[in-house]
Amino acid sequence: MLSRRLIPCLDVKHGQVVKGVRFRDHVVMGAIEDLALRYRDEGADELVFYDITASPEGRGVDVAWVERVARIIDIPFCVAGGIRSVAQARAVLHAGADKVSVNTPALERPELINELAAEFGVQCVVVGVDSLRDADGQWRVRSHTGDPDKTRALSRRTLDWVVEAQQRGAGEIVLNCMGNDGVRTGYDLEQLRAVRALCRVPLVASGGAGTAEHFVQVFQDADVDAALAATVFHSGAVRIPELKATLRAQGIEVRDVA
Amino acid sequence: MKVVLVDSGGANIGSVRYALERLGVQAAMSADANVIRAADRVILPGVGAAGPAMARLNELSLVDTLRSLTQPLLGICLGMQLLFDDSEEGGVACLGLVPGRVRRMPESAGVRVPHMGWNRLRPTRPSSLLEGIDDGAQAYFVHSFAAPVTDDCLARCGHGEDFAAVVQRGNVAGAQFHPERSAATGARLLENFLRTGLA
Repeated sequence: MLSRRLIPCLDVKHGQVVKGVRFRDHVVMGAIEDLALRYRDEGADELVFYDITASPEGRGVDVAWVERVARIIDIPFCVAGGIRSVAQARAVLHAGADKVSVNTPALERPELINELAAEFGVQCVVVGVDSLRDADGQWRVRSHTGDPDKTRALSRRTLDWVVEAQQRGAGEIVLNCMGNDGVRTGYDLEQLRAVRALCRVPLVASGGAGTAEHFVQVFQDADVDAALAATVFHSGAVRIPELKATLRAQGIEVRDVA
Repeated sequence: MKVVLVDSGGANIGSVRYALERLGVQAAMSADANVIRAADRVILPGVGAAGPAMARLNELSLVDTLRSLTQPLLGICLGMQLLFDDSEEGGVACLGLVPGRVRRMPESAGVRVPHMGWNRLRPTRPSSLLEGIDDGAQAYFVHSFAAPVTDDCLARCGHGEDFAAVVQRGNVAGAQFHPERSAATGARLLENFLRTGLA
């Protein structure tokens, strides 16, 4: 049986892992390789590295650290941030990443998803969606979220974008519920359930994890394939070995920790 | 020992090379038929789609080379699918080293495609390739197409329907999962392949 995945997210800024609250006030957490190895040893199923300033600064990912990570870890990892062309995706994949995730560039030019899927196969193509509920009750997407001063609210509805992204060749969707990001009050189950109903490919929940119980809820109530978190893993508030024991006790299939 | 990674343009070739480095082996990457024929072990990695991958092997004139190898050959992920007769993906003829047709995995309630994540291996018979890998060991998969469970299957895996996770036919073997990204289980399979070949 396929395991539900736990994915620590490492936000990368100027070559170091950082973490902010609601995407602001970034604090340095440590070196990329140290954290990658730590999470690998603790039993993380996959890692995501977001170069959070690449898109706002209008540049591509620095592939040197991608290659360093690929050399030392033996679990899969995905790289996001600033990938806006087939050539940039190829550089990241050739450096050793298993998947690339696109967000702002896909919103600006949705054909990018088709191009990446045609070139590398849908299994390499993750579409990240940053979503926030507007005053009228609709969830809509945000772009350029790496820098709060440059973040833009788009008219595109989150549910419409999730459907379109799959039609274009997304092999996985990461839904980041920005209203819950970094606040540790639990995943946005209502929004995740709504997206799950429209999502035939693997769905990764992001934003809001504070306790082990929140992970239990998101797998049981929103039927997501994976849960991504940063703050609780970085702080040690939730440790992966204990979290897996809790999930297994609830009958949720997870990978054994060596 | 000379280990050659067939440079078929697959995007995971770097990851496989690093996994071999972690086992202390420096593998050469080559698309040269003479270099491939002279190797002790040949690995055919692959990420992407069957159509473009076979087109690339044809362009490089490597199809006959790969078909006529007598040393151990290991296909990984798409590289394993290319070992079969043909693939529904793009409707292309493949290498024909292992009988069978690769088909798209059927979706059903709760069974999402691509099959992405860690799943359990169920060995079907003893083999040197899977020595030390327990029944139920978990490996990392990411694919939308899969090969059928036939007599050549060494380990099956279930996602909706069962499919071949590891195959071997004579000197040719394949892993549908990514050993280079499957922690200790993957490292063991690569180590077995390097050490004992497919004896």
